[in-house]
Amino acid sequence: MTHPHRKNLLTSVQMAHFVATGALRMDAVVPDEMNQQAIDVLQAGIPGVPYGTPLSEAFAGSEFVQRLVQLPEVAGAIHSLVGPEPTVDHHAVHIRKANEGEAQNLHGDAIIDVREDAFDVQLMYYPQEVTLEMGGTLSVPGSHLRRTNESDTGRYQNLLGQTRLTCPAGTVVFLHHGIWHGGRRNDSAIDRYMFKIRFNPTVRQVRLWNTEDLYDDAVATELKQTFPWYENATGRLEIYNRVKLWQAITGDDTFDPDYWVTRVSNRPQRVVAQRSLNPHAAKKEMV
Amino acid sequence: MTATAQDTGAATGAGTPQTTVRQQVLVLYLASSALDSRTVGWSTYDGTGGTSPTTGDSDVPPYASGLDALKDGWRLFQAAQLLPPQHGHEYDVSFLKHEFFFEKLVDTAS
Repeated sequence: MTHPHRKNLLTSVQMAHFVATGALRMDAVVPDEMNQQAIDVLQAGIPGVPYGTPLSEAFAGSEFVQRLVQLPEVAGAIHSLVGPEPTVDHHAVHIRKANEGEAQNLHGDAIIDVREDAFDVQLMYYPQEVTLEMGGTLSVPGSHLRRTNESDTGRYQNLLGQTRLTCPAGTVVFLHHGIWHGGRRNDSAIDRYMFKIRFNPTVRQVRLWNTEDLYDDAVATELKQTFPWYENATGRLEIYNRVKLWQAITGDDTFDPDYWVTRVSNRPQRVVAQRSLNPHAAKKEMV
Repeated sequence: MTATAQDTGAATGAGTPQTTVRQQVLVLYLASSALDSRTVGWSTYDGTGGTSPTTGDSDVPPYASGLDALKDGWRLFQAAQLLPPQHGHEYDVSFLKHEFFFEKLVDTAS
């Protein structure tokens, strides 16, 4: 695969947004001409890909998907998030039928993932306009660093500040593998289509994006945002964990806008004073 | 103990009273362990079968706090325990911690 042009890579502020929210949305990035073909292509099915196939080889049998992942903005985002030549973990076409009557429970994909310096991303492509009634994907901003297992979050129906996706045709959303999400109930008369691909990185995910704005104040602003569903105390831990992830993907462990990580990792070397300089010891001797 | 027909609401023939009370359950997730702190998440389950609440069906919580639910007649029957973090796991984030279960009993015969 060719290296994306610098102008199509994500910026540091966009990457910080992804680290904070666990998602990156690109509205109407796929041309109409492709969206027009997409439903037929997805209905026909996308040929299966063995786990771990390099992206450049994975879709040899699907010209449509090759065009999708090679769109300059899409290729730039993939490169920025997971680097050159990621492998395809799996892909799937999701169809939520008109008036289907059921919503997916809130879940994270796969088992608990405890990696602190690496992540997979899922590309989700919506070929048609998605309205609220069509029950677009539900996702919970800032949930991706929570250590929960698959559908154990199924009890949670609604969280304050959740994203009930509505979007124009041709929208692509990238999600961190850990984000809590689910397909909402389709209450409309239109079948809803979504195509997803999960990518595994094959290189260390360090400064893979356009880092010209690495020290822009907006980076810290993104990383420090909180979400309405966060509990007071745990919300602060979220920011702590986010800063740790940002340090990992920038290779800069001095970045700490609110000093939280530095403060709790500060371990000064204590020097014990001589006995003659210890006022308590001196007092004892006088008795 | 064996459940009686009245407990289970099973049909037992003419003239036997049948239970028609059903439980509605409200789960509120609050911003702290205080029952009067703000609602950050919510789920409802309707034992009457009259409604079908589900995932992602609303953006506005039914009550701004747990106390507001009590004021509206919901009965609290369970609150999450406060558990200290395990050593070495102080920074782990996982499930919502401040979970409160409420119930309302509804007579479905009325």
